[in-house]
Amino acid sequence: MAAFTLSINGQAHAVDVDPDTPLLWAIRDGAGLTGTKYGCGVAQCGACTVHIDGQSTRSCSLPVSAVGDRKITTIEGLSSKEGRAVQAAWAAIDVPQCGYCQSGQVMSATALLEQNKAPTDRDVDLAMNGNICRCATYVRIRAAIHQAAKSLEG
Amino acid sequence: MSRVRQAVLAGFAGVLVASLVAVAGPLLPGEADAASRAADSTQLRPVSDFAKIRDKQKRAIALFEEAGKVITSPRCMNCHPAGDRPTQTDAMRPHQPLVVRGEHGLGPPSGLACTTCHHQANFDPAGVPGNPKWALAPLEMAWQGKTLGQICVQIKDRTRNGDKDMAALVHHMAEDELVGWGWHPGEGRTPAPGTQKQFGALIKAWAEAGAACPKG
Ligand code: FES
Ligand code: FES
Repeated sequence: MAAFTLSINGQAHAVDVDPDTPLLWAIRDGAGLTGTKYGCGVAQCGACTVHIDGQSTRSCSLPVSAVGDRKITTIEGLSSKEGRAVQAAWAAIDVPQCGYCQSGQVMSATALLEQNKAPTDRDVDLAMNGNICRCATYVRIRAAIHQAAKSLEG
Repeated sequence: MSRVRQAVLAGFAGVLVASLVAVAGPLLPGEADAASRAADSTQLRPVSDFAKIRDKQKRAIALFEEAGKVITSPRCMNCHPAGDRPTQTDAMRPHQPLVVRGEHGLGPPSGLACTTCHHQANFDPAGVPGNPKWALAPLEMAWQGKTLGQICVQIKDRTRNGDKDMAALVHHMAEDELVGWGWHPGEGRTPAPGTQKQFGALIKAWAEAGAACPKG
């Protein structure tokens, strides 16, 4: 075990875990923030997506020891204007079905809009195809991203 | 989940080993060569093995063919795709999820960047490989779908090799850390044959023998 201090959503969280622990488990079990989900543990589903210094990152494929002092944002702390627009569009379109994949979807969608103000369908597909939804809400996800982009225009 | 996968892979590997052991019984004439060739697929012959080839051009070609075992290994080929999408595994299937090269081989700017999943080092608990220089080779360095002869001509061509002269090319093959990842690919992945040092020595000897390319 080793002690790490993680900067999550603007707060310092002390966690005492094995250095090889995936960041996902340091966030969920160490910091007690359970909005970030475990789907596959092998970087195949996107449920564990967080932002590290604003970059979309699968928290299951990054050891906690490699994070350093970089800033982690999880679904609980998502507050950028793009993040708020995405969450509003998600609610308006009623995107989630069971909801399990959705924190990852929202994190990926927000990272997309933070870098691309007017994504095409192709851009959306390229940014989102690593986020699997077993309820197949893909059509609503795409619509909500376009709606969020539109709401940010003016 | 990854434990289960590892167990399945280990089981599969066990079956493979068992079948190899099964065929390693008494050899009939002619089978010895084939068997040693099969065993050779994880090894590289040393440069000294080629000294007996007196004809310089033939020696260069033989050296490059030996080095070609590395070049054509899935560890190298997977990130030298002909299109926009890398491949993965020994079967070289399309990378899952869909990722594309983007401007600098790092994924599209607002899309799925390599660094979404791949970090500074292999991370075996998640089965995800990594390296500080993790990226796709540029399109002009595409190897998939090409013969070894074509790849040979391509890697000597300064318009398609990142403007490397022969010394820089030898150095790249022998020292580059992303090239070196091919021999340290993490749990569950077949490493490139031999060692980077042996590979570098073969490429150097090939260059010194005139760097002729295999036909075709
Ligand atoms: S849990 Fe990380 S990608 Fe599935
Ligand atoms: S809403 Fe159920 S998995 Fe996506």
